[in-house]
Amino acid sequence: MRRFLDARTGGLLVLTLIVALLPLLLPNKFYYDVAIKTLLNALVCVGLNLLIGYAGQISLGHAGFFALGGYASAILTAKYQWNGFAAMAVGMVGVGLLAFIVARPILKLRGHYLAMATLGLGIIISIVLNREIPLTGGPDGMSVPALRLGEWRLTGTTIWYWISGGTLLVAVWLALNLIDSGVGRALRALHGSEVAAETAGIDTTRYKVLIFVVSAVFASLAGSLFAHAERFITPTEAGFLRSIEFVTMVVLGGMASTYGAVVGATILTVLPQLLTKLHDYEHIAFGAVLIGVMIFMPKGLVPTLKDRFRHLAGGRPR
Amino acid sequence: MAEFLQFAFSGLTVGAIYALVALGFALIYNASHVINFAQGEFVTIGGMATVALIAGGGGLPLLLAIPTAVMITALVGLALEKLAIEPAVRRPGGTSVVTLIIITIGASILIRGVIQVTLGKDFHRLPAFSGEVPLDILGARLQPQGLWVLGVTLLVVAVLWWFFGYQRFGKAMLATSHNRLAAQLVGIDTRLILLASFGLSAALGGLAGILTAPITLTKYDVGIMLGLKGFAAAILGGLGSGPGAIVGGIALGLAEALAAGYISSAYKDAVAFIIILAVLFVRPSGLLGGRTTERV
Amino acid sequence: MNKRNFLRAAAVLAALGVVGMAEAQAQQTPIKIGSFLAVTGPASFLGDPEAKTLRLYVDTVNRAGGVNGRQLQAVIYDSAGDARQAVTFVRRLIEEDKVDIIVGGSTTGETMAVVPLAEEAQIPFISLGGANVIVEPVKKWVFKMPHSDRMAVEKIYEDMKKHGKTKAAILGGSGGFDQSCRKEAKDLAAKYGITVVADETYAPTDTDMTVQLTKIKNTPGVEAIVGCGFGAPTAITARNYRQLGMQNIQFYFNHGVGSQQFIDGAGGGAEGMRVPVAALLVADQLAANDPQKKVAEDYTRAYRAAYNNEPVSTFGGHMYDGFMIAIEAMKRAGGTDKAKVRDEIEKTKGFVGADGIYNMSPTDHMGLSLDSFKMVEIRNNTWKLLY
Repeated sequence: MRRFLDARTGGLLVLTLIVALLPLLLPNKFYYDVAIKTLLNALVCVGLNLLIGYAGQISLGHAGFFALGGYASAILTAKYQWNGFAAMAVGMVGVGLLAFIVARPILKLRGHYLAMATLGLGIIISIVLNREIPLTGGPDGMSVPALRLGEWRLTGTTIWYWISGGTLLVAVWLALNLIDSGVGRALRALHGSEVAAETAGIDTTRYKVLIFVVSAVFASLAGSLFAHAERFITPTEAGFLRSIEFVTMVVLGGMASTYGAVVGATILTVLPQLLTKLHDYEHIAFGAVLIGVMIFMPKGLVPTLKDRFRHLAGGRPR
Repeated sequence: MAEFLQFAFSGLTVGAIYALVALGFALIYNASHVINFAQGEFVTIGGMATVALIAGGGGLPLLLAIPTAVMITALVGLALEKLAIEPAVRRPGGTSVVTLIIITIGASILIRGVIQVTLGKDFHRLPAFSGEVPLDILGARLQPQGLWVLGVTLLVVAVLWWFFGYQRFGKAMLATSHNRLAAQLVGIDTRLILLASFGLSAALGGLAGILTAPITLTKYDVGIMLGLKGFAAAILGGLGSGPGAIVGGIALGLAEALAAGYISSAYKDAVAFIIILAVLFVRPSGLLGGRTTERV
Repeated sequence: MNKRNFLRAAAVLAALGVVGMAEAQAQQTPIKIGSFLAVTGPASFLGDPEAKTLRLYVDTVNRAGGVNGRQLQAVIYDSAGDARQAVTFVRRLIEEDKVDIIVGGSTTGETMAVVPLAEEAQIPFISLGGANVIVEPVKKWVFKMPHSDRMAVEKIYEDMKKHGKTKAAILGGSGGFDQSCRKEAKDLAAKYGITVVADETYAPTDTDMTVQLTKIKNTPGVEAIVGCGFGAPTAITARNYRQLGMQNIQFYFNHGVGSQQFIDGAGGGAEGMRVPVAALLVADQLAANDPQKKVAEDYTRAYRAAYNNEPVSTFGGHMYDGFMIAIEAMKRAGGTDKAKVRDEIEKTKGFVGADGIYNMSPTDHMGLSLDSFKMVEIRNNTWKLLY
């Protein structure tokens, strides 16, 4: 059992089963809607987790990349009648390029500089989306045409559940492979001690930049899918608070754990729906939960629970 | 000329506000390397508590309400450290900086929630300390309250300089920020230092909130943007540097005002962050931040 | 129900008479009114009084016996003014809570994001958002309550024309509400022979508008300022306006400042400013024969009594109108059949609300005319009705 859970393919299989069987428990479109949001948030978090958990850097601007992807899809399809998939690809390439340009000089430095730079970048993106009204519709947002596959219009929550779920599974598979590859080993060395890694001849900057670009592209893809799934997008998606939300999901679920990122995204997407019954006390409860988890499970949920499970099973901690 | 002066006055007033908030960030960062995202909420507590003390049940005079509100804010800061930061830091195996950041974010959401439930969601105004009649200087108008903000900011800087330079406890705080382990070895109680830094930083934030409430008005969520701008100012000046926080704050305020005046008011808010990106590219340790070496 | 139980029930009913009737009614399923409002967040000044009004009137109507003999139940979610959350909550209202009608949507952004959902689910939706785009072009299931930004600007431009002012400066925030007003102000200028000579923007979180006002002050020929905004920035603008000694330029604000908070926050700076507002704010000054007087006064009394003497704002009035139009339509439709209720809302004629007198039609899903807007001036820290 332990071997099964630890095995890469085993975990992916479990996740696939969950995604495949979940619809049996979803009674109506509202639940599908929450599920889609969860899956797309998880897609961002799987990418962001590579950066936070493995490259040891924080981004406080990933919502900016998410929104750029979304608006690339929205604007190119709505205003220029592009094919939705082409728009999505252009968004991903553009965001990747932007991430590369920003990260290259900054990631040579250590510490929280990337956090600060991404914070600034995210806010600038948010301001531009708010101000360029003729193009983006400004703060009120804009409608997004349906994604078309040939003559087939992809609309409806059920279809989007499968698209989001499928994309997430592919993304998780990619992330797991990346972690197990040479890049991943280099990153783990880097997380341990950057100087030691450098002494061993690893070009740490190159790997950090690569991971940053990959995580930005994941966010852009999620943004594009979100725009088509919801058929509407507003600049709130680029907001600072959204960026914080993504980081929180990763940390809550467990850093350096791909499945943790998925769990974190699920909890923070579903929790606010559960807390609405508290009305005015919603924010107090949310803040308290966040603090509590971080104090009592500082490694995040999945790694902590995994440790407990191992402990109970009599295994020795790694 | 009068126009330029007017923009400069506006920039100085706003810049001094940013500087006070930035100082709070610097204090806590120095003691713990935590970026305290609840710093903006300290500003809110200061302003809202004063409003509540004056208007609500108590009906205190302003002179009594101000120290009380600063004290309340400081207590919240101490409680935050004692109840949320310390348990996380003291866990076996320690904790990561990211975890602490999330804790402060959680605290900021919690504090906003509490203020919203107890004091409501309306915005409030405090009366200006010395009247609303603006001063006329070379054709430009300056709010007297702006002078209060600038003056108190300078005073705070002076007191902090004295505290860190000549006081035993202040020196101990400084030592801890440079090397925690070494500080512990020479017998400094680093836990107490961390606690003190939160209390002091909260008091500063509260004071900023009170001073600025007559200018900015105050509301349960006023801290979000002030916190963000204060953070930007702190980075600009070099995170962890006291004088840097002041210079960063003033520079940010001036840059925003001049950009709004001479370029475009629509993109004024972007100016701060464009400058930050530029500074990070060119001079990553901030305007006044020292070159730091990382320990292996 | 077996025979013995039936007999017992009949005996109890006979004994308790009216009380028994009421109990039987209460056992029927309640009519569910769904709402999503910006109760927190930057637009909380809209959502908060709206939510309070809805709760207050659901209670009031229930105490009076409900609608068509059924009790009402309000399902309110806080969207924080965020379109993404609004979409989720509206799906929840429709699919999970199975509400009979939706009255809500404090802002234009969240309203527009959920319009496709309401249309698809074929559920009547009365929005409280401001912009014309909500009902232009007309959408079958969507109605909207308050005066539009366009009407506010028209009212302001009429007043400017009356006083021979032709050069205007626009000053507003970067939020959705403000931008929509700014767009109308630019689009309508030519029609009223007005030139826009300056256009300045501030961020919703700005704490000082001196720079923007100085630029307007130094623009030659400005005769009036059209302010587009709401909340704390408008109060700060008013203070800075006075500090800079600009009272020789007439300042107009749009209806976003329609609450006592604005006047208090401005600390005297709002003196002499003109604002087009709903009659609600000047209920006591309306002529005795004004049809809105009674509605406005009753609402003010009820709201202040229920909420600790809190001053009324026009925004709670939007909810009052939306709620009343909804239950009136249900009464006329004799139930909650969605299509019938929709038809009846569209047939609303001469309904006197807090915002004005509504006359809906298949081509007009707002139903208000310009003369239901009142022009007021702020004098001695209160609203003074001009005309």
